[in-house]
Amino acid sequence: MAALLDVRNLSLATAGARLIHDLSFAIAPGERFGLIGESGSGKSLTALAATGLLPRAIAAEGRITLAGTEVIGAPERRLAGLRGAAVATVFQEPLTALNPLMPLGRQIAGPVRRRLRREGRTPTRAAVAEEVRALLDQVRLPEPERLLDAYPHEVSGGQRQRVAIAMALACRPQLLIADEPTTALDVTTQAEIVALIRALVAEQNIALLFISHDLPVVGQLTERVMVIRHGRAVETGPAAEVLSRPREAYTQDLVAAARRFDKALEGRG
Amino acid sequence: MTAQEPEARRLPRARRRAPAHWLGLVLVGVIVAAGLVSFVWTPYALSDMAGGRLAPPSAAHWAGTDRLGRDVFTQLMIGARIALVVGCGAVAIGGAIGIAVGVLAAFATRFADDALAAVFDILIAFPTLLIAMLVVAAREEASLGTAILALGIGLSPIVGRVTRILTKRVLSKDYITAARVSGTGWPAIVLWHILPNIAPFLGVNLALQFGLAVMAEASLSYLGLGTPPPNASWGRMLQEAQGTVYTAPWGALLPGLALFSLVIGVNLLADALRDRFDPAGRDS
Repeated sequence: MAALLDVRNLSLATAGARLIHDLSFAIAPGERFGLIGESGSGKSLTALAATGLLPRAIAAEGRITLAGTEVIGAPERRLAGLRGAAVATVFQEPLTALNPLMPLGRQIAGPVRRRLRREGRTPTRAAVAEEVRALLDQVRLPEPERLLDAYPHEVSGGQRQRVAIAMALACRPQLLIADEPTTALDVTTQAEIVALIRALVAEQNIALLFISHDLPVVGQLTERVMVIRHGRAVETGPAAEVLSRPREAYTQDLVAAARRFDKALEGRG
Repeated sequence: MTAQEPEARRLPRARRRAPAHWLGLVLVGVIVAAGLVSFVWTPYALSDMAGGRLAPPSAAHWAGTDRLGRDVFTQLMIGARIALVVGCGAVAIGGAIGIAVGVLAAFATRFADDALAAVFDILIAFPTLLIAMLVVAAREEASLGTAILALGIGLSPIVGRVTRILTKRVLSKDYITAARVSGTGWPAIVLWHILPNIAPFLGVNLALQFGLAVMAEASLSYLGLGTPPPNASWGRMLQEAQGTVYTAPWGALLPGLALFSLVIGVNLLADALRDRFDPAGRDS
């Protein structure tokens, strides 16, 4: 089966520095893939490159094929057709990823309307409202009546992230990119959001590119992982294998650090 | 919040400033009412010179008369209408040009953006009044329409520069990336994400521009480049009363006071509107 997202020999550089060196990976339809690395290792840039949203100052080399379309060097018009249909993204900080001056219901309605049009259906008010309601239900948001008219600052961080996930799902993408979606949340909420993402991608057979530095979370969610450091691939393989029997020294350090952290937590509890 | 903090600190921003907002509403309301009533009724006809020359305020002439015996109160009412029309018209024209070019500049390539930013800066270096005078001179005749157009063009670079900066700030936000990543087109992004998010700040700026336009119209009229006679403009009233300011001070004081009230009132109202329409600021 052809890969949904195929990244081949990707290199990213600004005028002064190389940010990503020769990175290659592929995600099959419905596959859950984890990208692991510390802050500044280039994880988020790789995700931006996959959707063709790199800042102008960053030059890309190599090939990125998303749902059969070459992304690097593609005109904006072709990319705009791809976004939403092939890929949707959930970002790290849901407060800044939502328009602060638009009620949540209308923010979810935007991508719903675009998808209905894409599918050749007329986005009537009733059809959109019904879809929005169904999405709120899917992401397990309570009190939909209140939430539809609420502004982002009026709801909790976890609820905001659920709204952001609802907006991503509203596109019915083939690939969901989740860029550290749990980092800005407290531990309990993190676990809920991880469970939600896992259930949703399984239910709707969406491929997942999950970006995180949180090893246990990546282990719970993904089938295959790639560890990157300073923009280079360190190790790649099945999640269970890489996270339980890491081969490379850097991955071993990461895993050991995560274990120590868990032990420390247990020791206190 | 600690108990030691003064009472005012603990009130929401909007409520703390409520008296100022009401003052703004009253000032602007009185002037708008005067301007509207002037369409159907004024105490005297504008060219009625029946009153005594330079009569002080009395029951017959509430604000006295000028040196031709015309009723000052009538002129103030007509002047309110002119000031409002010029202010709204100039802000509409300047706002439309400025917002369009400002948003374009923010979206443009680096080179075009730098070029437009430089054009804004150069135009801003010319005083608005000077640009307006040039436009009036080019049109060769002074009329209300020319004054509005001239002031609108004069204001547009200021609005353009502010719009460009505000738009750039919004463009760097995650929700723009989020919108793009879900396939939102540029027109929808401008309409739904950029304009609403720059509106609170832009609105305050446009209100400042309204004040500037009203002042500039008064200056143009003072120089004889604004609304032609017999229509009364506060600027021309000031100019005409200049020679008699010691013998009949009301002729100069009242139009000055009207001008001052309108400009202050609009600025206070703009503050009120920003507090009202910025949901994030409402509770902070």
